[in-house]
Amino acid sequence: MIAVVDLGIGNLANVRKALGGVVTSDPSELRKADKIVLPGVGNFGAVMRKLEPLRYVILDSIESGKPFLGICLGMQLLFEWSEESEGEGLRVLRGGVIRMRRGGVPHIGWNQVHLVRNCPLFNGVRTGSYFYFVHSYHADPKDHEVVVGLTDYEGYLFPSVIWKDNVFAVQFHPEKSSRNGLRIMENFRRL
Amino acid sequence: MLAKRIVVALDVRDGKVVKGVRFENVQDVGDPVEFARRYEEDGTDEIVFLDITASHEGRRTLMSLAERVASEIYVPFTVGGGIRSVEEIRNIIKSGADKVFINTAAVDRPELVREAVEVVGSANLVVAIDAKWNGRFWEVYTHGGRRARGLDAVRWAREVERLGAGEILLTSMDTDGTQAGFDIPLTRAVVDAVNIPVVASGGAGCPDHFYEVFRIGASAALAASIFHYGKYTVRELKEHLLRRGIDVRLD
Repeated sequence: MIAVVDLGIGNLANVRKALGGVVTSDPSELRKADKIVLPGVGNFGAVMRKLEPLRYVILDSIESGKPFLGICLGMQLLFEWSEESEGEGLRVLRGGVIRMRRGGVPHIGWNQVHLVRNCPLFNGVRTGSYFYFVHSYHADPKDHEVVVGLTDYEGYLFPSVIWKDNVFAVQFHPEKSSRNGLRIMENFRRL
Repeated sequence: MLAKRIVVALDVRDGKVVKGVRFENVQDVGDPVEFARRYEEDGTDEIVFLDITASHEGRRTLMSLAERVASEIYVPFTVGGGIRSVEEIRNIIKSGADKVFINTAAVDRPELVREAVEVVGSANLVVAIDAKWNGRFWEVYTHGGRRARGLDAVRWAREVERLGAGEILLTSMDTDGTQAGFDIPLTRAVVDAVNIPVVASGGAGCPDHFYEVFRIGASAALAASIFHYGKYTVRELKEHLLRRGIDVRLD
């Protein structure tokens, strides 16, 4: 079963529909889940505070090797810190989250993901495919080998897909990215 | 590279999709979710739902529409029509809409733009501007195109950007329904006046009309009739644009 973490910040019905499973904020359900998806929109610090009661359930799940998918802010929360606000992230990955250094913010619209290496999440998805983005900050990992995909925004390259062992994360919104996004979610479901 | 967006507009009245030609003579043409799904499959980048009953019949909520669409559709969508308060805007976003647009209420009380942005963020708030050339300047109209406001659309566009709007949905009442092309002079004037994305609307009749309006800097172009009545598919349009060197999403 896949559990989609519900932080009460939006309608996750289409994510649930694409992935199957449950939308929940119940720690015991998260503990039972085979995979966890952390979607997210909003402010890093504010969402992290909401996530605090679930921190260890999520970390245990990741540590036990269960697949994890972070979406948008859910990707950023995997890191240690963010320029957006005070407070710590989940610290699953080394590095932080920084504001887009160039281009207007928010970066909003359909943009391409250029794959720098293969990743099971992108099976059947061509490099250069378009996905839907809405964000002003992006991950800045310390370990460059975790980066799977890059996106070019007005000449500024940032990491838009990350993969380390059982942890996957995307800066775009697969649930808003039509066929390509559905493919990503399907690939995650099949892991 | 960020793609230029093709936006399909669905006018909704009493839960059914209709399309107004020059804002009048509407006819029932179908179910919003079905239409949205068809357009998503065809490669539409974004869908705009305009509730044309809202303004004058005092309907205050588009939440159920937003909720239905958000559960079924996998492309971003915008909802608007008769929205007057921050509360409504927040509720529609919570229901699953990606963006809300406001028009009349923003002209009536510009501070609403700032207040809404504080609650839902710039990325989620669009200001729709309906404009018509009056011989001296492009004049802003509200109430679904029925009331002239004496306001210069280009200056109003600058003002809503200053107040925090994330995007402008610009409809030319001179070209809307004509299928003779987007209003290039108006769109260019607004694109040049602001830094936020401008969605051009009104007058699309053939693929080259989209090419023209992207060339002068529109970030997105919106149309309804040419798609609704099957004149062109979104895919055909995008293939044409790609051949002419415009970056569009085609998977």
